[in-house]
Amino acid sequence: MSTPEDSKYAKSHEYVHFDEKEGIGTIGITDYAQKELGDVVFVELPQVGTQLEAGDELGSIESVKAVSELFSPVSGEVVEVNEALAEKPELVNTDSYGDGWMVRIKLSDPSEMDELLMNAEEYEEYIQTEAGH
Amino acid sequence: MVDQNLKRTPLNALHHELGAKMVDFGGWEMPVQYSGILEEHEAVRTGAGLFDVSHMGEFTFRGPDTLRMLQSTTCNDVSKIANGRAQYNGLLYPTATFVDDLLIYKNGDNDYFAVVNASNIDKDFEWFENTAKGMEVELVNRSDEYALIALQGPSSVALLQPLVNIELSPLKYYAFAHGTVDGAKAILSRTGYTGEDGFEIFLDPEDVTRVARKLIELGAKPCGLGARDTLRLEAKMALYGNDIDHTTTPLEADLGWIVKVEKGEFNGRDVLQREKAEGPRRKLVGFEMAERGIARHGYPIVDGSEEIGVVTSGTHSPTLKKAIGLAYLPLDKSAPGTEFMVLIRGRETRARVVPTPFYKRAK
Repeated sequence: MSTPEDSKYAKSHEYVHFDEKEGIGTIGITDYAQKELGDVVFVELPQVGTQLEAGDELGSIESVKAVSELFSPVSGEVVEVNEALAEKPELVNTDSYGDGWMVRIKLSDPSEMDELLMNAEEYEEYIQTEAGH
Repeated sequence: MVDQNLKRTPLNALHHELGAKMVDFGGWEMPVQYSGILEEHEAVRTGAGLFDVSHMGEFTFRGPDTLRMLQSTTCNDVSKIANGRAQYNGLLYPTATFVDDLLIYKNGDNDYFAVVNASNIDKDFEWFENTAKGMEVELVNRSDEYALIALQGPSSVALLQPLVNIELSPLKYYAFAHGTVDGAKAILSRTGYTGEDGFEIFLDPEDVTRVARKLIELGAKPCGLGARDTLRLEAKMALYGNDIDHTTTPLEADLGWIVKVEKGEFNGRDVLQREKAEGPRRKLVGFEMAERGIARHGYPIVDGSEEIGVVTSGTHSPTLKKAIGLAYLPLDKSAPGTEFMVLIRGRETRARVVPTPFYKRAK
């Protein structure tokens, strides 16, 4: 699967799809990350209203095999969490960039989108080097 | 990605060809999954799955003192194994704790072979060598001479029968026979590590890839170590290094059925006799989470500020669709229904002791 051009990416394998008009970023994990995790069985997400700094722990993802932490790629307030994941955590595997999104954050500093994150091309290079370690 | 120093089984090239995700498993490059753990788990519970377990070790024992030697260092009664049968057993230190757990197969009088855990091959062999000192036992490590695959699941007999030259149906659980699979010489053992019917098939490394391809072609789903772990955990089969090790006794591990103190002297017998009389100080129990979360290997079990136990295995059970696990708890907190707190990444999370196995196949 190709990496969507309209999102930005963190080294910890989260994506942010930023809606500039609303000032809201939709966050989930990348296709590469879901493949590495394997079957996701449980996603723990923060409460709506939680204030986060970029790099804060946002939640955790349990796959059959292991647990991994989810980090917030940007700063802001959690305005929505994907309730559907409670019943259907497998959406993270089947549609990570779509229905498998995790949280929406009202960005407190939209410039972080450019300062902290990679574009699709940079992220693809990054996972190439990471996979080749 | 792949470490060149890792050991490889004869099926390594096939794993790569099938697109398996490979990991370092105790120094072996092994497939953790192919299509996905849930899918592979399901295939074994409802159809048939194929596992590469060639990394496991095989030793042969011959000579007049063989039975005496095996009896002296194991807790189950080796003299009770009939020809053509296998027995689950514990290889013990004098402290009654595990060197390893293993299957012992009897070919005939004073003629046995054993299958041991991959990560313990060298340790076990050395242990047997030392135990056999001064005795007439010819002990050979044949781990490199055998490839081992496991065909597991309710369709195993139907799938395998057309390829073999013996009748599989009369072969009882924990019995084995010599035969051929797709023309290749094989030992067929009706054993496994999944809680399902199935076979473990010992083959010449030269033949194993062809036989594995054939079984996959006939409908066996390639399965990795990930599914092997969820399957064995649902069936409450212990994993050395997780649930049992050099610090745990078979009675602590709730394996009383392999402890035969009446068979005569053996390593750790006095300790086990005492544990039988007084009860072990802790016991391996099955649990399920009463709150959301998965308790995994090594997570502490707490009572206030005190650590009272530890989780040895834990996962999401694909069959039960809930979080399950095994843990050591003090004997007085080990009865089914007892609730306790597991520390999951710093947070106390409620769990409950449940009867085991978590999953038992329909007869």
